[in-house]
Amino acid sequence: MNTVPLTHILFVSTALFFIGMYGLFTRRNLITMLMAIELMLNSVNINFVAFNKYLYPDKLNGVFFTLFIITIAAAEAAVAIAIVINLYRNHHSIDVEDTEDLKY
Amino acid sequence: MPIDNCRLTIADSRFTTMNYSSYIAFIPLLPLAGFAILGLFGQKHFSRSAGIIGTLILLVSAVLALYTAYNYFFVTGKVNGAWQSITALKYTWLQFSPGMSIDMGILLDPASVMMIVVVTFVSLMVHIFSLGYMKGEERFATYYAFLSLFTFSMLGLVLSTNIFQIYIFWELVGVSSFLLIGFYYDRPSAVAAAKKAFIVTRFADLGFLIGILILAFYSQTLDFGILTQRLTDPSQPYAAQITGAGFMGASVLSWALTLVFIGGAGKSAMFPLHIWLPDAMEGPTPVSALIHAATMVVAGVYLVARLYAIYLTDLPVLQIITWTGALSALLAAFIACTQTDIKRVLAYSTISQIGYMLFALGVPSFGTPDNTGYTASLFHLFTHAFFKSLLFLGAGSVIHFVHNNEMGAMGGLKKWMPLTHITFLIACLAIAGVPPLSGFFSKEEILLAAWQHNKGIYYIGLITSGITAFYMFRLYFAVFHNRQHTYHNEHGEGGFSMKLPLTILAIAAVLAGFIPFSKYVSFGAGVENAVPISFSIAPVAMALAGILLAFVLYYKENEKPQQISTALGALYRTVYRKFYFDEIYLFITKKIIFNLVAKPAAWIDKHIVDGFMNLLAFATARFSERIKALQSGSVQAYALYFFGGILALAAVFIYWMK
Repeated sequence: MNTVPLTHILFVSTALFFIGMYGLFTRRNLITMLMAIELMLNSVNINFVAFNKYLYPDKLNGVFFTLFIITIAAAEAAVAIAIVINLYRNHHSIDVEDTEDLKY
Repeated sequence: MPIDNCRLTIADSRFTTMNYSSYIAFIPLLPLAGFAILGLFGQKHFSRSAGIIGTLILLVSAVLALYTAYNYFFVTGKVNGAWQSITALKYTWLQFSPGMSIDMGILLDPASVMMIVVVTFVSLMVHIFSLGYMKGEERFATYYAFLSLFTFSMLGLVLSTNIFQIYIFWELVGVSSFLLIGFYYDRPSAVAAAKKAFIVTRFADLGFLIGILILAFYSQTLDFGILTQRLTDPSQPYAAQITGAGFMGASVLSWALTLVFIGGAGKSAMFPLHIWLPDAMEGPTPVSALIHAATMVVAGVYLVARLYAIYLTDLPVLQIITWTGALSALLAAFIACTQTDIKRVLAYSTISQIGYMLFALGVPSFGTPDNTGYTASLFHLFTHAFFKSLLFLGAGSVIHFVHNNEMGAMGGLKKWMPLTHITFLIACLAIAGVPPLSGFFSKEEILLAAWQHNKGIYYIGLITSGITAFYMFRLYFAVFHNRQHTYHNEHGEGGFSMKLPLTILAIAAVLAGFIPFSKYVSFGAGVENAVPISFSIAPVAMALAGILLAFVLYYKENEKPQQISTALGALYRTVYRKFYFDEIYLFITKKIIFNLVAKPAAWIDKHIVDGFMNLLAFATARFSERIKALQSGSVQAYALYFFGGILALAAVFIYWMK
């Protein structure tokens, strides 16, 4: 059976991770940063699924982890967006550079 | 048969213990209750009735004490011709180890029973006197609360069963003395005097405490009875150990006993620790009568008497005590001649008389030790309590009338205060040792004991007794005769409450000498040390000479005293300035201790100890100043640190920990 080798999949997930990281550091919009974080989470999900498939095909542990991460990502997105909304109400902005009040 | 006998004695003593334990604890505890009630609620609820309450409580206590004395001396105290030492009450307070505990108890023996009578009696007189003297005082209830506290502590002290209990109460009398000296706390001199009294006696008590610890360490007990038995019985290992061990050329026992005596000398205001007592006269006069004349200051004598059996095994220490006492007696008598404050004269006379008691205790150490000194000393303590408190209350009466302490402001008071005059005269005659007043008998016994053992001490005592007569009558003539002042006074001599104690104490001062004291209070088997008539000639002649001299100089207002003091010049000034003792102390503390010890210590504390702490705080502050910019508030910067950390960890795991 001619399958895609594991390294290819890992390459995709790594690329995805660093794309997310790039987005996280370069964007100023909080929503965009949140989306970048979701990208990073999903790259991890791909890793779990791929390793599960290639290393332990008879087990489902990786898949379960993926499901958990998706659930948590959903909850996290809800919380994060709630914070962003509150921040907007107070600062009238969702720019990350306007939220530097919590410092020394 | 002996076994039977023994059992009988045990049963007997248990019976007597039961007999006493039903009421004995009330003697000290009633004043304590009085202190608690008056101290907590007095100022608010009993501001007028506090005096009556305190006096009634003490009356009950005094009656119980008298009943105890009757019970002890005439009913149960003597078994087979020897006075029993009865532990009427014992309560284990702090248990250290099976053999070692601090107990609270009540010990009855001739000395302690005599003391509770003296303490409660004099205290009762002072309570009654204060009803008039302190009337209208703002802190009237507090005053009575403090008096009750003092009475409680003093009773606890004399009834102590063990050396640690006596120490606890020793400090308690010190505190109550401090509180009462500083009673007029708005007067800076009173505050200073209170501090001085507390610090000087506390300093001496350090010696006492170390002495106690040494004795307890070597004898493995605190109880007086067991302690005495263990340290005086040469067949026991304890005695051999403590006398065998040496420290700086003297045995540890000598050190311990000397240290204990230093505590006693501090409390009894012996030279050179006497400096607090004259200043303590800043307190209300009745307080001086109670604490600084009749009871607390004789605690040192009582302490030595309590441990007398142990002291007798170490004669050099007793000789130190003798010389301290004799010197104090003589020097204080000299100083008393020059003072002009009526209370200070009495204070120095107190030091002098306590010196008498101490050298009487110590003098048998020269030659063959016997118990004549012990009886004579406690006899003098007994009679002195009456005539000296009478003198102080008389002085209080005079001060109440004149509103001044200085002898210069008095004179011719005889016709203004007839009763005070009579009682004061009686007390003066008693202290001068004129027969047949009480002071005569006790002083004769002391002088006889000194004569039998050490002639040098005897002559010091004899000269002192002449000077005593002189300065007491100088005081008497200057106050009641001499210059005739006119006084404008609305309250007169003082009410019934002030006259009654004077009268009762005067009667006591006359009659106390007729008690066959050695029959009741003696060390070991009581031996009547009969004073031959011919022996009395010299002391009485000395006393009469002193009185005569005082009469010549002070009966009528004249220039002679002034001329004599001018003629004596520097000598007079030295004595008037109390031999510069205060100045020496000030020099030692201010110039030497402050400069050589306190200031370097303060410098070390300020610069090294504090400096180290400041350095730590400074370094931390500077470091945090540098790195606080890392917490910038920028989320992306935090994320960068986070990923940086993960990268570093990854590197560690991949390259170093594979």
